[in-house]
Amino acid sequence: MLDHILSILIFFPALAGVMGFMIDKGSIRAYGVAVAFVEFALSLWLWFAFDSNVSGMQFMENIALIPSFGINYILGVDGISLFIIILAAFFTMIGIASLTETKNEKNMIITLLFLEMTMIGVFSALDAIVFYVFWELSLVPMLYIIGAWGGPMRIYASVKFFLYTFAGSLVMLVGMLFMAYFFYQATGTWSFAILDWYRLILPESFQLWLFAAFFVGFAIKVPMFPFHTWLPYAHGQAPTIGSVILAAILLKMGTYAFIRFSLPLFPDASVFFMYPIAVIAIIMIIYTAMVAYAQKDVKQVVAYSSVSHMGVIILGTFALNVEGITGSVFLMIAHGVVSGALFLLVGVIYDRRHTKLMSEFGGLAHVMPRYATIFGIMLMASVGMPLTINFVGEFLSLLGFYEQSHILTLLAGIAIVVGAIYMLTAYKKMFFGEVTKDENRNLPDVNKRELIALIPLAIITIWLGVYPKPVLEPINNSVEAVVQLMHNKSTTEEAKSRIPNVSGVVISKTSTREAH
Amino acid sequence: MLSPINVSLESLNLITLAPMLIPVVGALLILVIDIIKGGLDKSLYVVLSILFLALDFSALLDSAGIFSKDGIMLGVFDVMLVDGIAILAQFIIVATSILFIPLALTNKRFHEFSYPEFFALFLFMISGFQFMVASDNLILIFVGLETASLALYTLIAMHNRDKSFEAAIKYFTMGALAAGFYSFGAMVFYALTGSIEINQIATVLAANGYADIGYVLVGVVFMLASFGFKLSVVPFHTWTPDVYEGSSAAMAGYMSIVPKIAAFVVAMRIFEFLIHSGIAWLEVVLWVLVVVTMTAANVWALVQTDVKRMLAYSSVSHAGFVMAAILIGSTQSNSAMFLYWILFSFTNLGAFSMLWISRQKELPGYQKTDHSFEKFSGMIITSPMAAIIMAIFMLSLAGIPPFALFWGKIYMISSAVTGGYTVLALIMALNSAIAGYYYIKLIVYMFMKDPIVSNVDNNGKLYVANATLALKSIIGFAIIGTIFAFLAVDPLLEFITAFVYNSGY
Repeated sequence: MLDHILSILIFFPALAGVMGFMIDKGSIRAYGVAVAFVEFALSLWLWFAFDSNVSGMQFMENIALIPSFGINYILGVDGISLFIIILAAFFTMIGIASLTETKNEKNMIITLLFLEMTMIGVFSALDAIVFYVFWELSLVPMLYIIGAWGGPMRIYASVKFFLYTFAGSLVMLVGMLFMAYFFYQATGTWSFAILDWYRLILPESFQLWLFAAFFVGFAIKVPMFPFHTWLPYAHGQAPTIGSVILAAILLKMGTYAFIRFSLPLFPDASVFFMYPIAVIAIIMIIYTAMVAYAQKDVKQVVAYSSVSHMGVIILGTFALNVEGITGSVFLMIAHGVVSGALFLLVGVIYDRRHTKLMSEFGGLAHVMPRYATIFGIMLMASVGMPLTINFVGEFLSLLGFYEQSHILTLLAGIAIVVGAIYMLTAYKKMFFGEVTKDENRNLPDVNKRELIALIPLAIITIWLGVYPKPVLEPINNSVEAVVQLMHNKSTTEEAKSRIPNVSGVVISKTSTREAH
Repeated sequence: MLSPINVSLESLNLITLAPMLIPVVGALLILVIDIIKGGLDKSLYVVLSILFLALDFSALLDSAGIFSKDGIMLGVFDVMLVDGIAILAQFIIVATSILFIPLALTNKRFHEFSYPEFFALFLFMISGFQFMVASDNLILIFVGLETASLALYTLIAMHNRDKSFEAAIKYFTMGALAAGFYSFGAMVFYALTGSIEINQIATVLAANGYADIGYVLVGVVFMLASFGFKLSVVPFHTWTPDVYEGSSAAMAGYMSIVPKIAAFVVAMRIFEFLIHSGIAWLEVVLWVLVVVTMTAANVWALVQTDVKRMLAYSSVSHAGFVMAAILIGSTQSNSAMFLYWILFSFTNLGAFSMLWISRQKELPGYQKTDHSFEKFSGMIITSPMAAIIMAIFMLSLAGIPPFALFWGKIYMISSAVTGGYTVLALIMALNSAIAGYYYIKLIVYMFMKDPIVSNVDNNGKLYVANATLALKSIIGFAIIGTIFAFLAVDPLLEFITAFVYNSGY
């Protein structure tokens, strides 16, 4: 069964989703939770069976799909994708478990199960077309979730989300087709397998164009400034569950894809674009932090803060060394946990008051002490306090980039500190002071269902903040392999010097050997 | 005194005619049955048509077998040309017809299906299209084209509504104009080369090094205009939405597939040798036509309020997309065209059938046209299964993976990449994004809006009012084809590529 664990992980929720149509409306939630729990348990088993000392791909599957055109169904995980897969399974589970009363609950849960399929598919695909299939398919359930259960402007928000991302990924698709064509020219066979592409060394001019094509697709998904305009709408209108999944998992597809595609395929272009992208990332961090400060709606604050932190992830990724990339992958997990939790927390208060305006709250700490505590922990994690999960990731990302540029890192570091202002202000407005509104006096504190979702998140936040090693180590191993590959593949002088040679690690060919 | 001509029967190779004659025989038989005993039920004629088309299909399988063994067949004074692309196109024509004809078995009674002539004309039309693709003789192509078109005009008019007459007349006038252009173009080529066989024309033109390039230009322009009308290329597309709106959904779906593949094959025969001869302006003209057709049709589709009109513009845009194959002119692009069209016919069959089964006889107040977007509001609540199926067809048309059309799309774009048309590839990809908007619009109506009250009351029956077992199985067939297309792409691709390559395209 372990040989096909990835296929099982992908298609089990889909199958369960199809079967879900037969379940009675009243029992669907229990069904959803059960399925998501099994899925989560399977993903933990994957972690258990995963060999942390191997840096290459594990649990590979390879089935010919359209061999004459080089499209094969290839799956595999390494340390980089493993934890995002677990995170996806985890968030789907707590998302369904903490789902508040919604109309058409059945449709929602079935949609979530399909969404889970596409998310896990993206992170385990090792064939560009299979990757693209899941990448595009993930838009459809999200379109439905935002469009059917969202706020007043839900249709505008969902269609904007869909078209924006769709347009971007089509440019990426053309890039993929070019990549496959170059591979065909070099070797005489068509192939879309990423591990095959890793062996292809392209001249720098080609790399620049292809990097740009892939960049459009990924940057919109992340979303990077200035392509981020769809995100506030999507978050603002989406129901809680939609925002949680969007922030925790879907945005990670973009940053993950940078590490999986852009860096190892185009090392020279990555070095070439390092500074421009770092500048964009820093603009993203500072600008969205300022925008977040100006928001009246607490959900928008969380949304913009989430964009701001994605900037740090990008910065870490484009440090192009082991510390930076490891940090950024870890920060993806951390950001998923923390921003997912924050959106859940906003959902909690929205369910009670049906408003998200901070001016409507005040002094909530008196009324809902437990809620205030958990919110406080998550907020501290979000601003990157030491001993929380975010700190590890942010620190490593900045450390990595420090080797490339002191000034830019300093700017980013200051921006993160400044970023704390808007979060703390928001917290002050909502929780401290006197209770000003009468409606707030009798709000019930978090209930059991909500605790089921929030407590594990709080535990993870602190546990991985104090002791990140079990997660960090597998990530580190795989990242070393990626960096070594980049170093070996790079052709220009500058790239050779920018991308460190990970000495003493004999891994550069592991991944390619296992592919065949 | 003329001396008698002696021709041996073997040299005529009459077997090449068999696939075209079978539907003709079927049509005559239907007419004879009607003369002997009138007033028989439509189901008889439907099944008879299917049977004859099945015979036709097996005759084609035979030809395919012969082709893969011995190569191109000529017959009947070399007028008939049965090569790989002719066989592929006929496969598409006949298979699509087999799938479309059961749509006549509706729950409600529609005027046109009570006439046996409908089915006879249908079979004549198929025979016409088959003649059209299986020849490189400009006159036989013309005869096939006109046989098919005249039958098609009548079929549209038989729907017996004001709009249908309008549609038929419009189509007829435009078609007549196109026929005129075609004969002018053919005349110019004949005057230039003294031949009406395309390969002869090509040889003669190449031999004198395109000396009379001005006349070639005149001929090509006439031909382009003629095929522009048939393929509904912008700016010759104006009839398309009106004609689609006027004809029944089943007929409209049929028109979006079969006449076009026939025209594509002829266009391939005529234009590809010209493209390969390196006439720069033809390349430019085609490039502009392809891009404008794709883009403009997509933009018009955005503002439509009726689903059928929207699908009409969308099929114009798809035709433009596929026209790129003729421009690129490589084996990969031509194979991509056939692959695309096979996958497209599955998806479009499904989409138009879904419209067809929801066809009402009388329109309620909130609905201005047969298939206005409002009609589909909140379909997920009242009739979830139908809504999901319709949504999958829309996603497939939009090119969302892993549904059928996506595979055609990437293969086509890849052929543009391989052929060196980078900008074109990018435009083709981005057009999918524009198209995404209007396909998503229907999904928005179905999944995100609240249902109209009367639809809730009748429990969503409206959407399947016309459905019978036959129609449901057709839709089931289409949906399975659309979802599981990725399994069929590889064998299809190999088959198509071999046939296209061996015909020299």
